[in-house]
Amino acid sequence: MELLEQLAMSFIASAAFVVIFNAQKSTLFPGGITGMISWFIYFMIVNRAGYDPVAASLVASFFVAIISQLFSRVYKTPVIVFIIAGIIPLVPGGLAYDAMRNFVENDYNTGLALATKTLLISGAIAFGLVFSEVINQMIRKSKLTLKGNQETKQ
Amino acid sequence: MDKEKISTYEIMEICLLAGKIMLQSGAETYRVEDTMMRIAASFGIKESHSYVTPTGIIFSVEGNQPVKTRLIRITDRTTDLQKVAEVNSISRDISSGKLSVAEVYDALKKVEASKSTYPTIIKILAAGLASGCFLILFRGIWSDFLPAFTAGATGLAGVIFFQRLVPIKFFAELASSVLIGLVAVFSVKIGWGTQLDKIIIGSVMPLVPGLLLTNAVRDLMAGHLIAGMSKGVEAMLTAFAIGSGIAVVIALLVA
Repeated sequence: MELLEQLAMSFIASAAFVVIFNAQKSTLFPGGITGMISWFIYFMIVNRAGYDPVAASLVASFFVAIISQLFSRVYKTPVIVFIIAGIIPLVPGGLAYDAMRNFVENDYNTGLALATKTLLISGAIAFGLVFSEVINQMIRKSKLTLKGNQETKQ
Repeated sequence: MDKEKISTYEIMEICLLAGKIMLQSGAETYRVEDTMMRIAASFGIKESHSYVTPTGIIFSVEGNQPVKTRLIRITDRTTDLQKVAEVNSISRDISSGKLSVAEVYDALKKVEASKSTYPTIIKILAAGLASGCFLILFRGIWSDFLPAFTAGATGLAGVIFFQRLVPIKFFAELASSVLIGLVAVFSVKIGWGTQLDKIIIGSVMPLVPGLLLTNAVRDLMAGHLIAGMSKGVEAMLTAFAIGSGIAVVIALLVA
């Protein structure tokens, strides 16, 4: 029941961000789905398995990139639209705000700890995306060279 | 010779226009560079170099003639993914050789002038909805949903309003986070909401630069060091504006 609630909320939040960032209406549904899957993976790893949010962000953003590549081919839209919708539930905006609030309230130790965590999580998200793109490019390149070899043979 | 020169300048013009629209709409740095070089290549310019930062584009083409270089300044940046998608599809049409230089110019101008897909009121409601949903994602309670919705919607409406008033992003974010803080604190004071912290975190989510931060790290990893650094600084400034705006309200009204 709680899981269902979290899934529905992450779907609506991601779709709402698609509206705020002004993407086409046809991307509302796939954008929401991408966000929902990413939050599902994150939620399962952090809240059910009890691992660190940094590791969970890495795994979730890796899958976000894969799903986004698929959707961008299906809907013929730049991949960034789906990537943005997908990582919206993951990005440590709340943490970044928390860190800054501690800084302006003179609690530098807590602020520094939170800021470091923010940086680590956004680094993990970025790394997950890049890693997935690199693999995708490797696959595409190997396909291209295969095709090239066949053409030269013919 | 003369005719060729003019057409090179025209090609540069459309490359820069495409790059400008994409950068102002929040496309990734590598995508801007890639699109500009692709457009140049499909109009027959073999060697082109682009240097893209969030605040400006330098683009130069090489050929038989002396190297030509142009620079444009980018001042305002928003996120408008519709425009990124449209420029992308125009650039795909160019690669397949469907469009002439003049047609491309007209199409790009049309994209640049196009209005937002969604009316402002829908965006504000979406921000409210996102805030409420984030409240639940952060383990808030359902009775706080409406206060978070109100505060989040007020926040985005504030950013849009203040940015029209004063074209300084930092000021708009600071002022609207003060608004969010006021709505949240008052909703708790009159007994409408309960968990102040959860309401505030949920309702600042449409403003916080989480995406900017992630894009900054991504640019740094891709080797766009200047772009990555400046995006990171922009994200830090925004987080600072929001954090201090909320802190002012809390210091004055709660503590």
